[in-house]
Parts: sequence; structure tokens; C-alpha cells
Amino acid sequence: MSEKKSLGKVFFNGIIPENPTFRLVLGTCPTLAVTTSALNGLGMGAAATFVLVCSNVAISMLRKFIPDQVRIPAFIVVICTFVTMVQLLMQAFVPSLYESLGLFIPLIVVNCIILARAEAFASKNSPLPSALDGLGMGCGFTLALTLMGAIRELIGNGSVFGMQLLGASYEPMLLIVLASGGFFTFGLLLGLFNLIVKKVERKHAQKEAHAA
Amino acid sequence: MSLRISTAPHMHNPLTTQRLMQYVFIALLPTAAVGVYAFGFPALAVLLISMATAVLCEFLWQKIAKQPVRINDFSALVTGLILGLNLPSTAPWWMAMIGSAFAILIVKQLFGGLGDNFLNPALAARAVLLASWPVHMTASAYVNPTYFQAGVDAVATATPLASKSASIVQLLLGQVPGTIGEVCKAAILAGFLFLVITGTISWRIPVIMTGSVFLFTLLIGGVTPEAALIATLSGGVLFGAVFMATDYVTSPITPWGQVIYACGAGLIIVLIRQFGSYPEGVTYGILLMNIATPLIDRFLPRKIYGYKKEAKKA
Repeated sequence: MSEKKSLGKVFFNGIIPENPTFRLVLGTCPTLAVTTSALNGLGMGAAATFVLVCSNVAISMLRKFIPDQVRIPAFIVVICTFVTMVQLLMQAFVPSLYESLGLFIPLIVVNCIILARAEAFASKNSPLPSALDGLGMGCGFTLALTLMGAIRELIGNGSVFGMQLLGASYEPMLLIVLASGGFFTFGLLLGLFNLIVKKVERKHAQKEAHAA
Repeated sequence: MSLRISTAPHMHNPLTTQRLMQYVFIALLPTAAVGVYAFGFPALAVLLISMATAVLCEFLWQKIAKQPVRINDFSALVTGLILGLNLPSTAPWWMAMIGSAFAILIVKQLFGGLGDNFLNPALAARAVLLASWPVHMTASAYVNPTYFQAGVDAVATATPLASKSASIVQLLLGQVPGTIGEVCKAAILAGFLFLVITGTISWRIPVIMTGSVFLFTLLIGGVTPEAALIATLSGGVLFGAVFMATDYVTSPITPWGQVIYACGAGLIIVLIRQFGSYPEGVTYGILLMNIATPLIDRFLPRKIYGYKKEAKKA
């Protein structure tokens, strides 16, 4: 029972308490660059999640064989393999998304989140929790990117996932889909997310103090 | 308000933030009055909306953040008025509101409120509006002032900056299209004199900035002195130099620092005008020097009174 609970915790850890985008502030480069629309954010998140889960499992299984001194190059080779797979798959099945994400798909190789999870989690844990950790982190990343993409697309284009929501009379705020708008949205969401998490944590602490 | 550390001697002065802001507000009134006279009711509406939004945002933020409410210090009102004067009279109401809200909430309050903003709030908001809705913020949105139309030919279409066909007298009186505040140079000069006489601002930044725009236009643009003067009086140079570049928080404190700041702004403005894809560069010139201000203050600190540099050992 306790084993199962801790696995659940491993999964949810990546979604809120250690959300890679809003709490660890990792992988900000694709976060800022590709979130000009909700679909791009979702696509990027899904691709990164796939790589995260696969590389976490592979590295976890290989963790006893990889010598400590060369672990980073070994991790990178494993990650590269999965990124190449994702790239070829996306090029074959979702060419339009592949076009719009462009360079940022091969750049998943150097995404800090993936290397950080390999180093901090997968190289120290068995495959099942590693897979769940990768899945949780990937979901947290995907949620954050989709949220940012949706907000920027809504304000900068009047639509979400390509559906026009705000009507024809809405004059889109171009800045938000430009690079500087990415920084504005990211900064504001980062602040808001941390404000909420802090408030929730304070309430929990108060409850625990009451119980004790 | 956090204090920028300056070394002794300090002088006691009865001027308070409220009084200073009231002076700036009074100095803006002639410009606002001519703007409303020239462009009519739409200009008045734009100014009122931007002022009301600025004060309301300041009030709501201070209420929500549980800070002392200080809307009676006039600073939000001044920010709103300056932003309104930075908009064309045809600006839609929601644009004035978004601009004011952005200036107060994001540029000013999120960075710590009055005294901690690293950019001039009104100017940063103008840059945001310019990037977001270029159609409403550039020449296509400018209209000719409605007064004097019978007697003198007002300059039709585009800004005088683009067409370069306004005379100096037309520029001084404001018979050119432009934003509400930038058209009438005579009113801006009146405000400038008032601010200098009351000791609200020093003459240094406005005069050197305007002078450097003239000089650099002459040198880089290679035009006649008269054309350079027209270029200096066109667009928002004067308004920016008097009311926005002189913001205490975002301009250097030492005299030499102010000289570098003003010259830098002038140079950037001329470079953007001559070589950039934007017709006007005042906004970015001042904003970029705002960002450079901490650096200037760091490398040109105030000379410490009574302190001598140690003689070099031979």
C-alpha cells in the first residue's frame, strides 16, 4: 500500500510541487519559443513527454552498466536516440506541426528537464518509478506549455486550438505572440503559479499545526 | 519609495512627491489644453479615459496588495495623462485603458511601485501599444488638427517626419498631425519653462537631448541646419525630452550621467529615424537609456564631499 502511494506521489510531483516550467524553471527556451499557439504547446509537450518517459526507463535499466565518469555523454546518447525517433515520427505523421515547431524538435536533446530527470531520478531508481517520474514531469511540462500557448493564442489571435473565440470585432494584441509577449506571459504565469502554491502550502501548514 | 543612495551633503527641501507631481501635472496642462482644442472631443475622451484607468488601477492594486493607498500623490494621474498625450486622438477607448493598466500594474506596481520602476511607465505602455496595434498608433491613425483649417494649409497625410514638409511656425503652433501631446511645441516649451523655474526638473536632460538630436541629424543625416531643426521639432522629441526622459526614477542623478543619458537618447533617436524601419525613435531612445541608467549611475558616482583620491605612489 505504501509502495503504491509513493508511486502516485512520484507521478504528481512533476505536475504541481515540482512543475518543470513553473517551479523548477527548466526548459524555458522551448517554453518561450513555441507557445505561440495552444496546439504548438501541446505538440511540444507531447514530444518531450515521449522522450522523457522512454529515456528515463532506458537510463534506469542501464544505470548499473553506465560508468559514473561518462554518465552524461551516455545519457545524451540515449536521449538523442529517442529524439531522433520522435523527429522522424512527427515528420511522417504530423508534418504541419513538425513544420511549425521546426528546430525545437531536435533541440529537445538539450532540454534541461530531460537531462535533469535522468541525472536526478532515473539514474538512482528502478524503471517503474522512473517511468512514472518521466510521465509526471512530461504532463506538468505539457500542461504548462498548453496553458501558455492557449493564453497567448487567445490574446494574440483571438482563438484557442484554432477555434475563433473572441469574434471578428476583436483586435488581437500582436505583442503577445511576439517574443517579448512570451516573456510577459511566462513571467506573469510564473508569479501567479508560485503565489497560489505558496498560499496552499501555508493553509496546509496551518491545518497540520491545528491537528497537532 | 526606495532611496537611491547619494553621498552627503544633503539639503533639506520642502518639496514632497505630491508637490512635484502636482507641478508636473500643471506643466502638462497647456499641452493637454492645446491638444483638446486642436483635436476636439475625441482627444478629451482619450485623456480622461487614460487618467481614470491609471488612478483606478493604482487604487485597486494598493487595496488588493494591502498597501497604503496613495492615489492622492498625483503620480498615477500624471502617468495616465502622459500616456493619453502619447496616443493619437483617434485611439479607441480600450487601447487607452489597456495602456494605462499596463503602465500602472505591470511596469510600475509589479516592480515595487513608485520609485522602483526601471522604465518610465507611460513610455513602456506606449511601446507595448505600438507593437500590439501599429495601425492605431502610427501615421495612419493621425488626423489633422481641426483648428486653423480655414487660414493656413495644415499638412495633410502622414507625419511631417515622413513627408518633411512642415514649416517651423506650423510645428511650433501644432498645425501638424500627430499624437495629442506632441503637436504643439509652444505649449511644451511653456511647460518646460514652468518645470525649470519651479525647480522640478533641471534643464540639462531636455536641452541636451534636443540639442543632440539636432546635432546628430546634422552630422549623420547630412542635411541643412534648417532641415535638421525641422526634424528636431517634428515628432515626439520635445515632448519626450521634457516630460518623459526627465522622470527622476529612470534617469541618472549626476550631472555628467545626465549628459551621457541625454546624448545617448538623442543618438538612438537619430539612428532609428535615419536607418531604422520605424519612422520615429523617441520611445525606444528613451526606454533604452532608462535601462542603461543604473549602469551610468554605477560608473559615474557622485563625488564624495571632502574625499581626496590618494596620491599615486611614485
